[in-house]
Amino acid sequence: MIVSAAAAAASDDRPAGRSARPVVSCRGVAKLFSNGTLALQNVDLDIGRHQFLSLLGPSGCGKSTLLRLIAGLGEPSAGLIDWPADREGADHALSFVFQEPTLMPWATAIKNVLLPLKIAGVGGDEARARAADALRLVGLSAFENAYPRELSGGMKMRVSIARALVTKPQVLLMDEPFAALDEITRFKLNNDLLRLWEDSNFTVVFVTHSVFESVFLSERIVVMAARPGRIIEDIDVAAPYPRRDEYRTSPLYNEHCRRASAALERAMAHHAHHG
Amino acid sequence: MTASPLAPAPLSQVAEQDGTAPVFAQERRVLGLPASTWPKLLMPLAVGLVALAAWEAVVRYNEIPHYILPGPLLVAKTMWTDWGTLSGSLWITLSISMAALCVAVVAGVSLAVLFAQSKWVELSFFPYAVILQVTPIVAIAPLIIIWVDDVRLALLICAWIVAFFPILSNTTLGLNSADHNLLNLFQLYKATRFQTLRYLRLPAATPYFLAGLKISGGLSLIGAVVAEFVAGTGGSQSGLAYRILESGYQLRIPRMFAALFMISISGIVIFLCLSYLSHLVLRRWHESAVKREN
Repeated sequence: MIVSAAAAAASDDRPAGRSARPVVSCRGVAKLFSNGTLALQNVDLDIGRHQFLSLLGPSGCGKSTLLRLIAGLGEPSAGLIDWPADREGADHALSFVFQEPTLMPWATAIKNVLLPLKIAGVGGDEARARAADALRLVGLSAFENAYPRELSGGMKMRVSIARALVTKPQVLLMDEPFAALDEITRFKLNNDLLRLWEDSNFTVVFVTHSVFESVFLSERIVVMAARPGRIIEDIDVAAPYPRRDEYRTSPLYNEHCRRASAALERAMAHHAHHG
Repeated sequence: MTASPLAPAPLSQVAEQDGTAPVFAQERRVLGLPASTWPKLLMPLAVGLVALAAWEAVVRYNEIPHYILPGPLLVAKTMWTDWGTLSGSLWITLSISMAALCVAVVAGVSLAVLFAQSKWVELSFFPYAVILQVTPIVAIAPLIIIWVDDVRLALLICAWIVAFFPILSNTTLGLNSADHNLLNLFQLYKATRFQTLRYLRLPAATPYFLAGLKISGGLSLIGAVVAEFVAGTGGSQSGLAYRILESGYQLRIPRMFAALFMISISGIVIFLCLSYLSHLVLRRWHESAVKREN
């Protein structure tokens, strides 16, 4: 996975995020759970095409709830989630990566990756080739026929990402996907995810509670506060792609980390006032 | 942590892993079986042989008459001489048990699938399945034998009633135990009800179903034997339970032991076959069938 010239060109003419027509648009979204918790209140968020956006916040701030609403797993109690770029009535292609790898233990890696295609009615050699290709992208070609229990935590997460990418989604929703992994594996997967994103044209909405992860990966960090869950800050991470390990040690990275940390601290302070 | 001290390994390392497929250690085999299996087979066998020898010794030493307690050698001899009658009865009992088990599997799984479609169906019908289970079979068997003309069919129904519940109950639990996130994933990809059942719920229920099947295998035999006792059918078309009754009346105690022994062996064989089936199905993925290294 070497960053190709084409991908570099693509990153040049990438639309400037919020100004372009958004892929997903949240207007006044609220979510009230049946136990009375106001998980989200008045959330306005436009997510641009091929944007890498992180939702950052303390636990209980509703970032995962917002992600699940965008995925269509549940209806907002108020407000609207719109997909302006879609044709009327068309299915918007999105994929979801959970915090756990969420693989079917009875199926091999390739069969797990094949699942979304099988559900969509794509079969035969074409499906198989696409699944094999997705596994190759995450570096697991040799493990096509391994069962999940034979794979390490990081490898299982790679299979999960391959399954998400096999349908060539417009939007990839990730709910703290690397939170349960050790730091070395997490860094590796961060790098690989960034390469996959740079080489293609999907949008990523990435839920995390790690400042460092969000600054390393995203163009834009939306900071949320809890009780009720709401957006309190929207940070531009102005650092050029491709980002590599050098970026992690650059002053620019430090500066962005400081800004995001300060915003997160303000989010926690909000939390303390209300809680 | 300001800047990362940990330089993540480049992608090429993952590529290096690509060259090596996972390797599983092969255990040494003795006479076609893994070396660690032999003690598991030989030790219970040794205990059994010692017990039989002690039994024979006690019978001989105390000169216990064979109509009170026959020694194992006499039981073995009786089994040999009466094999014609006994094997016929064994076949009848086994065929009833196995037919009942098959019907229990089909009915249990179908009902469980139906229950999984709607919580209301499950709530409405499950109590009646429980009633069927908790009512002692000895108590309903006479009724069933009166109502159903064909005795073999009556026996089959009794055996089925006993065998059916563990399969229904376990499969229902299994179908409802599919991983919540996987269910969300299926919803996200707009899977149909049938696809969710076929690709998610049924595979997730398989270990539960197989555990139920192991219980039901033994129960179907017990159900068939109990029903035969109640029915007490005579003639050439009778199962092992009737042979036991008959031998009791005639004080042919060695033959009674022989029939009893055959029932026990059948139960063990059924259990071993179903355990092996379960192992074959689950060995690649389920924790219960996977050999641990630590």
